[in-house]
Amino acid sequence: MNLEFSPEDLAFRDEVRTFIAENYPEQLRGKQDEGDDLGKDDFLAWHKVLAKKGWVAPSWPKEWGGTSWTPTQKYIWSEELARADAIAVLPFGINMVSPVIYTFGTKEQKEKFLPATYNGEIWWCQGYSEPGAGSDLASLKTKAERITGDDGKEYYIVNGQKTWTTLAQFADWGFFLVRTDPTAKIQEGISFLLIDMKTPGITVRPIITMDGSHEVNEVWLENVKVPVENRVFEENKGWTCAKFLLAHERSGIAGVARSKRGIERIREMAGTEFSDDGESLIKDASFKRKVAELEIDLTALEYTELRTLASESAGKGPGPESSLLKIKGTEIQQRITDLALEAAGHYGAPYFRGFPDDGDNAHPIGPDYAHRTAPNYFNTRKTSIYGGSNEIQRNIIAKMVLGL
Amino acid sequence: MDFNFTEEQSMLRDTVASYLQDRYDFDSRRKIISSDAGWSKDVWSAFANELGILGAPFSEDHGGLGGGAIENMIVMEEFGKALVVEPYLSTVVIGGGFLKHSGYAGAADLIGSVIGGETVIAFAYAEPQGRYNWADLKTTAKKDGAGWILNGHKAVVVGAPWATHLIVTARTAGGQRDASGVSVFIVEKGAKGVTTRDYPTVDGQRASEVYFENVSVGADALIGTADAGLPLVNKVLDEATAAVCAEAVGAMRKLHEGTLDYARQRKQFGVPIASFQVLQHRMVDMFMNVEQSVSMTYMATMKVDESDAERAKAVSAAKVQIGKACKFVGQNAIQIHGGMGMTDELAIGHYFKRATMIEGLFGSVDHHLRRYEGLSFDAAA
Repeated sequence: MNLEFSPEDLAFRDEVRTFIAENYPEQLRGKQDEGDDLGKDDFLAWHKVLAKKGWVAPSWPKEWGGTSWTPTQKYIWSEELARADAIAVLPFGINMVSPVIYTFGTKEQKEKFLPATYNGEIWWCQGYSEPGAGSDLASLKTKAERITGDDGKEYYIVNGQKTWTTLAQFADWGFFLVRTDPTAKIQEGISFLLIDMKTPGITVRPIITMDGSHEVNEVWLENVKVPVENRVFEENKGWTCAKFLLAHERSGIAGVARSKRGIERIREMAGTEFSDDGESLIKDASFKRKVAELEIDLTALEYTELRTLASESAGKGPGPESSLLKIKGTEIQQRITDLALEAAGHYGAPYFRGFPDDGDNAHPIGPDYAHRTAPNYFNTRKTSIYGGSNEIQRNIIAKMVLGL
Repeated sequence: MDFNFTEEQSMLRDTVASYLQDRYDFDSRRKIISSDAGWSKDVWSAFANELGILGAPFSEDHGGLGGGAIENMIVMEEFGKALVVEPYLSTVVIGGGFLKHSGYAGAADLIGSVIGGETVIAFAYAEPQGRYNWADLKTTAKKDGAGWILNGHKAVVVGAPWATHLIVTARTAGGQRDASGVSVFIVEKGAKGVTTRDYPTVDGQRASEVYFENVSVGADALIGTADAGLPLVNKVLDEATAAVCAEAVGAMRKLHEGTLDYARQRKQFGVPIASFQVLQHRMVDMFMNVEQSVSMTYMATMKVDESDAERAKAVSAAKVQIGKACKFVGQNAIQIHGGMGMTDELAIGHYFKRATMIEGLFGSVDHHLRRYEGLSFDAAA
């Protein structure tokens, strides 16, 4: 046991750091600094830089473009991305559907989807949740009936409604859980379909969240015709894919490196803000205590993730232990946004989205860092709800790890 | 970065675990702690001769196994699982730490007799008024020719009833709480003027109030440099704190496992109480506390040889986590056991008592939070 980086690791860190510094898109840096919403082109700009370099999907199998990095290298990579405030590659294609495709898909599916996903040519969205199927995901009702088309080929006709579909407004394809056998036990009648979002019968409607952003959508499916070859794995075995995907979704969800940056920012803010005593807020005993406890909890999470990575590299895939990373990681993310809002004081309140700029640069309304603290805090409440709520994660640990 | 144990380290763990399973079960321990002596010399001599573990963290030049902090962690975690009372912590981790780090002239001989099981050490550092400030010393050592004269009262010296030697902190210069002017001495417990009042502790150990009345020691009693002993004390106590974090992990694993077993067996409303979601989630939270404690113990143990500031920050962060976890895991273990958790008959209460004492040992959660803040904020500001 030791914590030292080998000379190779240090060389890797320098290489990564230089690469990010030299290749991170300017347009993105500008928008991030201004706190502007990011569009499809912004996300894809960085994705494509990474794809070109061969670093967009480090965890994939080597034959499809994975990097075969060691756990230490993956750790360095995420540290350096966070250090540079680089945006994360969107998880839906790279970390969610692709592992399902390369694990359960046919040769044709792999060849059709993996390179295109890698190169950013396909933007994916996730059709899992429904109005009536949240934590009880297996109770989903969207149904897919099998027919033979006029062309003599087999199709599914899909009808139903999905919700909380993140960035579906930009999506080319979606991966959907649908019910193919309404008579079977609920988990045994589900199939995993890949659906072209341009197919007639699909309607995407925005859901505006309380922070004012348009991140999630409702997706309506009305007699959507999907070729049978777009089903991954066997008919009625989609739940296997779903569970597999959720475990992958949870790994990396800890967000340790980004939370470290988040705490750094709080320290910077609290170094500028004042306490009631006119001292720097960071010297206020109560505020300092909260930051210290947050840092310590994050250190514990960091080392738990490192232990998990080490055991994964010993041949175990992401297991139910990753639920721990999800719970603790999201709790910490929420505490960070909470403390940031607290640090901002009065200037957490002003809200500028959709409000015309009066052009008075001489009299700024509060510090720049304060403007997004409240929307971030509101938005981050989602983290303990999505990806299987933290209560569901506790159920998973209880059943799969503790055997209760 | 590497989180794997070597083959030798895994063997060490297996050796200790299987010995304790055979010879240190709950009933055997109960007999040991209720005996007049309160510990088992046979067990101690088995540690020395049969298992050879008293040499675990010492170099091969000194006759040890060539290990260090990681070996201490392994031994202490297993001791935590069996609630071992024999004084590995004070003799090998703390006593050994002072002898290894100080350049003490008599170190080789003393380490040899520690490894052989003949020398047993207790660390007399706390004082009735000092709380967790290791520099707050009323005990004095005054220069007397080449040697020193010690006077003072040391509080709750764990393992002192069994010790052949005491390592003592004393003020040799400066005011009562000054960082400088602290010196460390090793004194034979039988020295003239040393008296003790021995008593049991709530967690099954034995301790003493130790009084020094004009105890005369030679120049060779001084460990390290006169007046500049505090950094050495901090280093050794950080190593000891990392070791008790490991012991706590062992005890917490047992608290958690015992609670799972009990909840599966205990039926109410016609079903095992483990089927209740409110209890399942509580046991998951206990699990997460244990895992985070394991992580922090690894982290602190791997950082004990770094710079003073890095080491101190790592160890204090770990002790904060472990202190909180001991309280959460311990209290909930008792709660889920219900009335049975309150009894002396079940092991669970004994683990709880040890975990509770570890919360305060070498500094409470608040103490270590303050120390962490001092290193993480005030130093940088």
